[in-house]
Amino acid sequence: MPAKRIGVFICHCGLNIAGTVRVKEVVERASKQPNVVFAVDHKYLCSEPGQTLIRDSVKQQHLDAVVVAACSPAMHETTFKNVVQSAGLNRYSCEIANIREQGSWVHDDSDKATTKAHLTVRQSIEKVRLNEPLQPITVPVTRRVLVIGGGIAGIRAALDVANGGYEVYLVEKSGTIGGRMAQLSETFPTLDCSTCILGPLMVEVYRHPKIKLLRLARVEEVSGYIGNFKVRVHQEPAYVDVAKCNACGECAKVCPAELPNEFDLGLTWRKAIYTPFSQAVPPAYVLDAKNCLGLLPQACGECKKACDEFGTSCINLDAWPQTHELEVGAIIVSTGYELYDATKLTEYGYGIYPDVMTSLEFERMLSASGPTAGEIRRPSDGHVPREIVFIQCAGQREPETALPYCSKICCMYTARHAMMFRHKVPDGEAYVFYMDIRAGGKGYEEFVKRCQEEKGLLYLRGRVAKVYEENNKLIVKGVDTLSGKTVQINADLVVLAVGMIPSSETHDLASKLKASLDANGFFSEAHPKLRPLESPTAGIFLAGAGQAPKDIPDTVAQASGAASKALDLLSSPTLEREPTVAKVIGELCSGCGICIPLCPYTALSLNPKTKVAEVSEALCEGCGTCIASCPSGSLSLRNLTDEQILAMVEAMVAT
Amino acid sequence: MQSYLYFPGCTLRTMARDFDASAKASARALGFELKEMEGWLCCGAVFSNVDDNLMAKAGPNRILSRAKRDGDTLATLCAGCYNVLKRTNLQATHNSPSQQSINAFNEETFNGGVEVVHFLEILRDRISFPNVEKSVKSPLTGLRVGAYYGCLLLRPSGEMKLDDPHRPSIMEDLLTSIGCTPIDYPSRTECCGSYLSVSSTDYAEPLASNIVKSARSCGAQLIAVSCPLCKYNLETSQLRNGGDSTDYYLPVVYFTQLLGLALGLDPQQLELDPRQMKPIHEIQTLRVS
Repeated sequence: MPAKRIGVFICHCGLNIAGTVRVKEVVERASKQPNVVFAVDHKYLCSEPGQTLIRDSVKQQHLDAVVVAACSPAMHETTFKNVVQSAGLNRYSCEIANIREQGSWVHDDSDKATTKAHLTVRQSIEKVRLNEPLQPITVPVTRRVLVIGGGIAGIRAALDVANGGYEVYLVEKSGTIGGRMAQLSETFPTLDCSTCILGPLMVEVYRHPKIKLLRLARVEEVSGYIGNFKVRVHQEPAYVDVAKCNACGECAKVCPAELPNEFDLGLTWRKAIYTPFSQAVPPAYVLDAKNCLGLLPQACGECKKACDEFGTSCINLDAWPQTHELEVGAIIVSTGYELYDATKLTEYGYGIYPDVMTSLEFERMLSASGPTAGEIRRPSDGHVPREIVFIQCAGQREPETALPYCSKICCMYTARHAMMFRHKVPDGEAYVFYMDIRAGGKGYEEFVKRCQEEKGLLYLRGRVAKVYEENNKLIVKGVDTLSGKTVQINADLVVLAVGMIPSSETHDLASKLKASLDANGFFSEAHPKLRPLESPTAGIFLAGAGQAPKDIPDTVAQASGAASKALDLLSSPTLEREPTVAKVIGELCSGCGICIPLCPYTALSLNPKTKVAEVSEALCEGCGTCIASCPSGSLSLRNLTDEQILAMVEAMVAT
Repeated sequence: MQSYLYFPGCTLRTMARDFDASAKASARALGFELKEMEGWLCCGAVFSNVDDNLMAKAGPNRILSRAKRDGDTLATLCAGCYNVLKRTNLQATHNSPSQQSINAFNEETFNGGVEVVHFLEILRDRISFPNVEKSVKSPLTGLRVGAYYGCLLLRPSGEMKLDDPHRPSIMEDLLTSIGCTPIDYPSRTECCGSYLSVSSTDYAEPLASNIVKSARSCGAQLIAVSCPLCKYNLETSQLRNGGDSTDYYLPVVYFTQLLGLALGLDPQQLELDPRQMKPIHEIQTLRVS
């Protein structure tokens, strides 16, 4: 085989690279490398003129391979491979040398950065020299979507995919869809009623012919890969026939088991057979088997008796859990959030003093369907509070003791809460302790200003040091940093704006999905700016507060975005996968099988006839675990062979 | 007998001999010994604690490096010494440039590795409060005690890790195990004024008197502390405000003195004076009648 003719293209990226790296010098040194027949620089290689330069040079110089020294391959590898392909080369004849993120951006010393850029380029030249032409692997696509989590994000995403013409499974762990948004009374900044805007969407999901709702269900196991996931879902029975139940409530009247109602965060009680809230979807009662007085063996059965006598005979106490084996092409994860455990914030006394509440408990109290039918009352004695203190950033932006991040929504809902309090208790006084007001969003700043100015809210810039009870009052001691003085407020009620944390099952689900989480336990996105809707694991899309704290408009936008990403994936009956996967050199493999259990993607198996390992190219992600484990060196990664790695190392260390 | 290497500190040799004596006696009654380390010197708590003040750290580094020759654990009583030594040990584990300067100045290499424990921690984690309770001979049943923590025992909580900085319970748990009724009062973790009571009395005094007021209004008959400076501030603020009037005076004692009494030790051995003993006599009288 004649030696390859290699072309090297070096990008200035404006001053991003050229500000530190002396690009001309790198061009000069690259051109002297063996087999490099052409080397050139350009201000912006990713621009149209830049791409044209590469395309034309490949043709004019009869290049066989190309090295593009520019930004991270995560940014523009696909772009440059497309350019090379359009010039008639195999797309795997193109290598990216990252001289920006791993070069100019992290170095100050121009000499050293220039040398490092040269070595990085030289290494890529060595790699591309040994690259073999590869063809993408084509796999069929199962044209259905699984949405995990039935809050507003899951609802919006499911509707968008279903309206796009594809089938959707919507898996929800509780007895109803609606999620956190269903618990809210009003939404900022327009103050429209949360249930009024959510309710119709919930019904639409329920009635949609393309959406199959699996409530009381959890994802148990996920296998497969983009376009071809196999998902096992475990579904608990509701014990109530949804088609027959008319929600008359006769069953709940006679049920003897009473327990705190989660929907009202324990501020009210519910029975073991119950409907989470009046707008619940499906609109039927559900039996909480864990708290039922006796299902196995059947000890009570009062609900069934009542239903048979007065209702519609829709209760079946002999129902069993079901397992569903789903096949889908894409998964949208919309698992949402929970609140940080306020009892950990011992300085505020939540859990010790009944009149210290979380913002979500206060939210339930504001709701017309809540525990007090919308009246604001102290939980301890039922009195209407006159002095109320809102503490923003409770347990947030506290890297040493609690959550390091900002939950983004608290400034807005606290303003709304304080405003609602002034509406409902006109002679009351509302104090808000804040660090700074983060009201970035359409109409948000105006909303907060309106609350502050028209409603006479007292905003105090500072933190609260402690809350304690004295003479039936909550003494709130804090500091007003604007006046530089400590302040003490004798309050009747304290509301904590506690931070958002990922749902408790997030960690478990992420390991099933093999989707990575960030430092705070939220789902990671593939790129913070350019691929915010996708998990780094192909075929998994993200929507809502499971990815990061966000408000309803952002959640809905992300959900529609994730849905359109899924639709894009499903739009073609097949999809192409990177062929840079593991391969087995049959004559070297002894069939020891060490690699097989190590593969995280179950891509390896032992061929029963030949007794050597085999790679399923559709499953392999090219992670290299098997290669490192192989005692006979019979496994290697396509276009990242040992030979290439050694050549690259040599290029890096040789002077 | 199990023994713990023990760092007394200067105050326990002067103003707070009662703390030292009562702790040693109680320890013996509980079956362990506080063995004074050799060649100890000032822990440096009286020096300013700014980050770049390396001189203040030279002393505690020497103490810890000497202690390390004789054992892995160093027991302390004074909350100030406990705070300085525990944090110095922690800082020494990070081989920072400032640690290197200290080591160079001290002409010895110390990179942490001493477990600095407070006497309360020994009782809670090694003896256990149920075992303390079993050793009690004359429980102080009905004695309403306000435990006072101050700041140094608990903060910074990430480094001290003794207990919750806002709602601690270690002293209350000990008091309960010896029969007392601990009183919850809001000021028990507030600052006593520290050394400002010497330099800026006007500023510091309200801090201390508020603590006493708060404890008294919540029904305490006595305040228990673990720091000589806290004790000094809580006492002097009372003397300044209400003079010596016995009606006004809320005795401030070390928790080890109450522990010693419950373990059946003699009040004189624990260096308790008659005024401090008054509430204890009261509950004893109540019990007899």
